[in-house]
Order: sequence, then structure tokens, then C-alpha cells
Amino acid sequence: MSEPFQASTATEMPLITIEAGKSERHYWNDIWRYRELFYFLAWRDILVRYKQTTIGIIWAVLRPLMTMAVFTLVFGKVAKLPSDGVPYALLVFTGLLPWHFFASAFTEAANSLIENEKMITKVYFPRLIIPTSAVIASVLELIISGGLLFALMMVYGTTPDWRIVALPFFAGLAFAAAVGAGVWVAALNVRYRDFRYVVPFMVQAGLYISPVGFSSHLFPDEWRLLFYLNPITGVIDGFRWALLSGKPELYESGLLVSGAVTVMLVVIGVFHFRKTEKTFADVI
Amino acid sequence: MIHFENVSKKYVIDHRPRQKYLSLRDVVAESGRRLVQAFRAGVPQSQSKPEDFWALRDINLEVKLGDRLGIVGRNGAGKSTLLKTLSRITEPSTGRIRIWGRVASLLEVGTGFHPELTGRENIYLNGAIQGMVRAEIEKKFDEIVAFAEVERFLDTPVKRYSSGMYVRLAFAVAAHLDPEILVIDEVLAVGDIQFQKKCLAKMENVAAEGRTIILVSHNMATILSLANRCVLLAAGRIVTDGKPMEVVSEYQNTYQDESFGQTDLTKVERYGTGDARFVSVHLCARGRGGTRLPFPETGSDLEFEITLEAREQINSATVALIVYDELGNRLIDANTLLKGQSVSLLAKERRTVRFLLKNVRLKRDLYTVGLWLGMLNMADIDGIRYATTFKMEAVREDILYAAPFPGVYACEFSCQVLEEV
Repeated sequence: MSEPFQASTATEMPLITIEAGKSERHYWNDIWRYRELFYFLAWRDILVRYKQTTIGIIWAVLRPLMTMAVFTLVFGKVAKLPSDGVPYALLVFTGLLPWHFFASAFTEAANSLIENEKMITKVYFPRLIIPTSAVIASVLELIISGGLLFALMMVYGTTPDWRIVALPFFAGLAFAAAVGAGVWVAALNVRYRDFRYVVPFMVQAGLYISPVGFSSHLFPDEWRLLFYLNPITGVIDGFRWALLSGKPELYESGLLVSGAVTVMLVVIGVFHFRKTEKTFADVI
Repeated sequence: MIHFENVSKKYVIDHRPRQKYLSLRDVVAESGRRLVQAFRAGVPQSQSKPEDFWALRDINLEVKLGDRLGIVGRNGAGKSTLLKTLSRITEPSTGRIRIWGRVASLLEVGTGFHPELTGRENIYLNGAIQGMVRAEIEKKFDEIVAFAEVERFLDTPVKRYSSGMYVRLAFAVAAHLDPEILVIDEVLAVGDIQFQKKCLAKMENVAAEGRTIILVSHNMATILSLANRCVLLAAGRIVTDGKPMEVVSEYQNTYQDESFGQTDLTKVERYGTGDARFVSVHLCARGRGGTRLPFPETGSDLEFEITLEAREQINSATVALIVYDELGNRLIDANTLLKGQSVSLLAKERRTVRFLLKNVRLKRDLYTVGLWLGMLNMADIDGIRYATTFKMEAVREDILYAAPFPGVYACEFSCQVLEEV
């Protein structure tokens, strides 16, 4: 059809075309354009989380510390499980660190869309920003409990060796797993509201199949690889290896499986999210 | 500049009894039921099938730079859907919209505001949600604060703000986006007249700078004072497109039952025990002989229909309707007590009270209406300071003199220049 507008005014301003099924073109551009929103939403989550509780940020310290005490008591002292030659408390804490991060990041991301329903029905921006930014508040907690771990290691008189440089890689793996799974479940949550009740169950079940309170060597050898389908198993192994001077040896094929599952989660999660994203405002 | 080409939006409506949300449980149960039915009956039973609902149908619309387009229509006519497709919140099912320039939409007051965060924090957050970058927000920050008049409360959580302050802040952020296109949905219904005027002035400024405004409102006064073009939607289609005055009168003639004054009161700020509450107020202007007027004008009758609903039983209460001017002066206090009447309601009962203000000779201006239900000097059951707003238009002879004469009341008068005695 003929161009009804004068070129002089039309060229000065950016043109946006909205067409059924054609939003793809600007999507990744828009994510870049809205990058500050990502930052602001994360900042909001952090502010709000700690404004609402009276003891604020102390929670981030208290929670893993208490869990560690219980796990150390139950698995180390009562069940007397082997500790791979490191203090049991450290074994537990190095497992708790990534687990707690994953659990809270995943939960936050999974519920993020429903909690921001108003924003979704009233303003446009790339929706992927919501669940991904929800993960950031948990990163802060991870850093805080990381500091706690170093304090604990000093108490036990251990220092990490060169392997610690690999730590960011494993943290990144946990981050990717949380984002992948979180984004996926967040999209499902919009359509099927009872996912809201499934999420805590998934997290609880996840804790039982992850080697948080014990060493991954305790998995029976013939089944061991199967446990690494849970990406956090690989991450926990990695954290222990990087922080505890390689004491629990790295199980390479397991790590590979966990890594592959993580990549798959991210791909499927983002794909499913993108596919259903257009309908969010209509069904939420 | 905006160009809608054959834009339609379809929703699928499910007529089966259902909750608001789909749940996994229902999906599983439903598939199970179908399976059983298929076995049992052999043929699938004819249930009420999901039905297509066209919220928008073949919309073709061209909005030029600097246009101030008002959109009117009844509830469900597609006004909000139109704004939502334009703001990219939801995607059209068919057709294409081309937009030149940045769109800022204010579809709801304070979207993304977080009650726990302070005014300052919310300005940044809200700005970012609307697509501003931090440098932009910082540049505009003082202007936004000054416009919203919240300097003293910048570091107070917005949950402690009055609804007026809340609206002011929200509007201020959106108005300072400097978008090429500003999309507004019925947000000015809240707040005092001075602020409403300020917003209107700001929008007029925005329009004067050559930006485009698209406005949805049930309040014809707002449409008339702001728009220079108006579109009437019905059942998802554009029925009329033309001058605001013409379109507004057509709208009001077509939909007699739903006039410019219908205001939902279930979500406004109020005080009182709440044993009974105002549900809605409906305003209509009548001229001589009771003919319906498109808008209130000096000397017309104003008919208010106020609907109340009781939660608890109430006995012999008074209903009052108060008209305020811009400064908050009470100009009119019409109440049932003065006419020796009262309202009694059983629990859950709903009733309508009608006030007819005769020959209202207020001058051309904006006025607000407050409502009160209670026992005089004893109890406030429900009180609403800003229930609705209306705009008086001047009658023809007043317009003859372009300069308005100050004053609120245009009393009928005659004058004689007497001979010297």
C-alpha cells in the first residue's frame, strides 16, 4: 500500500510495527533497551525483602547457619556419615550455599510473574526481565552466606587453594539452572495456577535428592550418574571441590551430565517462556 | 503518528462454568471426563463450546502528530483493548499497527509502585518500568517532584500517601516521560480539581509541543476539554470519528442509559463505618421540559442517581450530596433531611436515591461532588469527598463575551438604568 506519511517527520522517529506473531524482531533489542529495568526490579526486590523483616539482612545469615547446625548434627553426629576428610560443618555448608541459592532463586523466579501481575497487564516491557531479575536478590544472599563460609573456614583453620578460581563457574551454573527452571515454571504458573503449590514441593524434593547434608560419594555407584540429572548435584560437587582444596574429588562425568541438563533447562525454559509470553496479559 | 490497519483482537470465551484461572487439576479432570463420556455415549455430547469474542474488529485509524484523540464507548466496547494493543501489552490477532515515536502509557495509576518503597524510590522504579533510563530520570527528577507536590514526603513509603498524592506522583512520572505518544486510560478521575486542572494543562502542553495524546474516559467533561478529535467505539468497531462535541452527543443519544456521569464508587477513598456504602453515582443533565442534554450547562437541571448497598441494616439515615468548587468551598448541600426524608436499608439491600438540582446556575468551570451517608451529628456511615467531577458549560449568551466574568453563580437578573430624579 502507498506510504501515507511524509518522510521528513516519519524518519526522525523510531518506527514500531505491531503485528500478529511478529514481535520477535524487537524482542532482544528491547531487552537491551530495558536493561535498567532489570537492575531496578532487582534493587526493588532486595529493598523490599529487607524492609519488611525487622532483623532484615540478618535473615540471610541466620537461615543457612541454622540449617547447617541441624544437618551437621543429624548427618555428622547422629548418622556418623563420612565427611571426605573435611570438618563436617564445612562439608554441609559448602553444599548448603549453592542449594539455598538455587532454591530461593528458583522459587522467586517461578512466582515472579504472578506477583507482578499488575505490571504485566498495564505496561509493556520484555517479560523475561521479571523472572531473571527476581534471581538477583538471591545472588546477594549467596554472597553474604559466602562471606559467612569464609569466616567459618577461618574458625576451622582451612584456606582454599588455587581451585577457588573455578568457584564463579559453578556459581554461574547454579544461576543458569535457577534461571532456566525458574523461567519455565514462571510461564507455566501463569497458565496453571496450581503450580504455585507444586513449587515448594519441587524444592523440598530437590533437597532430598541433592547431596546437601552428605557427600555425593554416598550415592550408590551404579546409580550415581542418575543423581547428576539434578543439576545442583554437579554444582554442589563443584563448590566443595573448589572451596575445600579438592578434597572430595570431582566426578567429571557427573558434572558433565549436570552441565548438559542445565543448558537444556535454559533452552527449554526460555523457549517455552517466549512462546507463551504473548498471552500472559490475556490469561494472567 | 499512529496507523492502525485492519486491527482485530479475538478472545476465546469459555462458557463452561469455570474459575478465573485454569488449574492443572481441572485440566486433568476435564480430559478424564471427556474420555469417559466418549466411551459412554459414543458421540461427544454437545456442550457449550468455547466461543470467539472480538474485542476489536477491523480497526482502521490514523492518528496524526499533535492529535488529541478521545475514545468513548460503553464498558466492553473495546476501548481498553485498543489501548492495550497500542501499548504492546497484548498482541492484535490480525492486522498491523505502525507507530512512529515512543509510547508512554498510563493505563492505571501507579503501576509498579511498591507500597513499601519511598516516593523517591518509586519514581526511579516507575520511570524504569515506563522505559526511562536512569540518567533521564535523574534529569527530570526535580520536575517530577515539583509537579507532584510531594517534596516533603519524598522519603516516606508510599503506603502512607493519600490517594491524591499517590495519583499525583504516578501521573507526574508518566507526564514527564516526554513520549511522542501519551496513552491515558481513565486516570484523572481521582484527585482534587486543582490537580485535575494541572494535569489537563500539562496534557495540553504536551499536545501543544506536537505530541500525540490518546485518552479514554467515561467522563465527557474530560474528553470535551482535552480532545480535538473523538472516536466512538461499539462492539469493537469504530462507529463515529469526528469532532468531540458531535461524537459525545451521539454517544449520549445512542446510549441513553449510560451517560457521561456514571462513576463507579467501589474503589474510591472514603471514610465512615462502612455499614452501607455508595456503589455508584450517575449524573445526567436536563434542559427545559426534561430533555436530556449532552453535558451540564448553566441553568440546566442536574439529576444525580446515587446507588447504595447496605452491609448491615441501617435505619433512618440521611443522604447528602455536596457540590464543591475548585477551592473546596461547599456550594450546594442537598440532602434528604431537608426534605423530611430518610433512608432505611435491610442488610444486603440496594437502593437508589435520586436528587434533582433544579436550575443550577453555576458558571462554566469544573466542580466536584461529595457524597455522605450518616446520622447528622452522630455517625458517618459512608463519606466520599471526591465521588465525581462534572464540568459546566456556558449557555450561548454567556459565550458571546469571550472574557469570562469571574464568579461562581450566574443568577438570572435584569437591570434597568434609571432616569435621574
